[in-house]
Amino acid sequence: MNPQIIELVLITIVTAATPLVIAGVGELVVERAGVLNLGVEGMMIVGAAIGFAAAFLTGSALIGALAAILAGMVMAALFGFLAIGLAANQVASGLALTILGLGTAGLAGAGFVGQKRESVANLYIPGLTDLPFVGKLVFGQDPFVYFGVALVAAVAWFLNRTRAGLSLRAVGENHSSAHALGMRVRRVRFLAVLFGGACAGLAGGYLSLVYTPFWSPGMTAGRGWIALALVVFASWRPWRVYAGALLFGGATVLQLHAQAASIGLPGQLLSALPYLATILALVVLSLRDRRGSVAPGSLGTPFVPDR
Amino acid sequence: MRIDLEPRQGRSRLIEITAPIIAVMAAMLIGGALVAALGKSPVQAFFVYFVNPLMESWSLQELAVKASPLVLIAVGLCFCFRANLWNIGAEGQFIMGGAMGGWIALLTQGGAGQGTFGSFWILPAMLIVGALAGMAYALIPALLRVWLGVSEILTSLMLVYIAQLFLDYMVRGPWRDPKGFNFPVSANFDAEATLPLLFDGGRLHAGVVIALVIAIVAAVVFSKSLFGYEVRLVGAAPRAARFAGFDDKKLTLTVFAISGALAGLAGICEVSGQIGQLQPSISPGYGFTAIIVAFLGRLSPIGIVLAGLVLALTYIGGESAQVLMKLPFFLTGAFQGILLMCVLAADVFTRYRIVAHFGKAA
Repeated sequence: MNPQIIELVLITIVTAATPLVIAGVGELVVERAGVLNLGVEGMMIVGAAIGFAAAFLTGSALIGALAAILAGMVMAALFGFLAIGLAANQVASGLALTILGLGTAGLAGAGFVGQKRESVANLYIPGLTDLPFVGKLVFGQDPFVYFGVALVAAVAWFLNRTRAGLSLRAVGENHSSAHALGMRVRRVRFLAVLFGGACAGLAGGYLSLVYTPFWSPGMTAGRGWIALALVVFASWRPWRVYAGALLFGGATVLQLHAQAASIGLPGQLLSALPYLATILALVVLSLRDRRGSVAPGSLGTPFVPDR
Repeated sequence: MRIDLEPRQGRSRLIEITAPIIAVMAAMLIGGALVAALGKSPVQAFFVYFVNPLMESWSLQELAVKASPLVLIAVGLCFCFRANLWNIGAEGQFIMGGAMGGWIALLTQGGAGQGTFGSFWILPAMLIVGALAGMAYALIPALLRVWLGVSEILTSLMLVYIAQLFLDYMVRGPWRDPKGFNFPVSANFDAEATLPLLFDGGRLHAGVVIALVIAIVAAVVFSKSLFGYEVRLVGAAPRAARFAGFDDKKLTLTVFAISGALAGLAGICEVSGQIGQLQPSISPGYGFTAIIVAFLGRLSPIGIVLAGLVLALTYIGGESAQVLMKLPFFLTGAFQGILLMCVLAADVFTRYRIVAHFGKAA
């Protein structure tokens, strides 16, 4: 294969991975705080709808991205109120959020179906971007790609190197002990959930502002769920989320290229690849981690403070 | 001031029954506000959604027809949810049940393969194959969980997408009606492969009876059998259940098998009784809506029958609201999400007392 095609494939893998990275690393923080928010898909699709609507109305992709973040946070706040404030079942609350999100996004985006806008411009640094092979890959992506990398780095640093990150992990590992030490378990968790919502919203915004760039109902196509699987696959470590997302991005791109090249396999089988890959990845991971789960100790358990 | 949750000492029967009712009313208020925000009359929407469908015989029958798949799936799910296991892929099991059961109908089309037996066995075979297919599909996440500790939540959900694509492939390929002008649908089922109507000219088919009977059987199993006790105990107190010698792996497989079989049965009843052929999409999201039904019914089979009727109402009301008031299709989905949130919030009041502390907390 000639190097130009390889570069092109690598670029598409990175862009396909970016929404998974952003949503996945947000959910990673949420789960590290001991909360399982299954509503990623719902927050993402609302982010996609609101982000596109705002960008279309104002003509600014930046405002679109901010609106997507805000929309994701509002959704996350609803989840936080239920699952943290009222100690409701987290699995059920997350599912409710996804159902609500799919409906709300359909309502909010109704007037924007079929509308188109320009995708966000890619980075261009004279000289560097023109470098052969690596130029476009490293120096010619859209801003979200770089933001995704920076976000993972920031989260890795926050969790492992800061005091606040240590507190967040403590709350996630054992909420009763953290509470006994005087930590504000519910506040930490609520903030983590808001952060996860912001990330999921932005990831949705990336889909409708850059990746496709238009709005259609159901456009997240299970990416929120794949992001959730990525967190498990990554054993709750930020950089592994990135690595996992590249793998899934690869599966998506492989499927697109195979469909275009019509290699004789049914299109539906190729479309099923990312979902099959997710199941396979979870199985492989469980074989590797036979020694025991590395999930945060309090993951999914509601916390009700006693005195 | 700070607000705290205090566990209730005993559980009050009154609160247990009123909580879902309050949740439905709260969801209606929020839904009404949403309709007003869309620039339509909430009062008219209330009548179109929740009153008019109850006024006529045909729409009442339609209600029962739409409620039965929801009830069947949700009754199965309540076994899983009670045991604290999360089968959220009932939609996929529903599709597999409909697809494989429907396959029997296609195989026996026009008297093929019937030999000297006649055709009386076709419908029972369809129902059994449908239930078995749903069961087998549900056992994939269950076995992965039991053997390898893989989260059943994610695998069961991923399998939904795969089932949808499988059915899509089959009706566009091997199962497509050769005389169907290339439309992606199978041939229409023969009369022998169609669930009979309960009375001529009506809408009710035998699937409604099946759903009702299953709900009653499940209610008895739940409250009267050792197995029902085991499910409840494992969910409420897993450590105690282990000390009592209950095998939680076997239980995991059993509840998944039950819920998968019921979802599959719902799928084939829908295909055989309602649609009459296989097509790319055979469910308007029944498998997900059934999750709401299960919670609104407070995870009890009888409650689920009532809750199934409420959610079926939102489907029928939603359809007429689209036609009569030009309200968007997605309003129904949004309302269902709001409803589940209200149900979960109301559930908190059955378990906790909300206490407000004034001044500085100790």
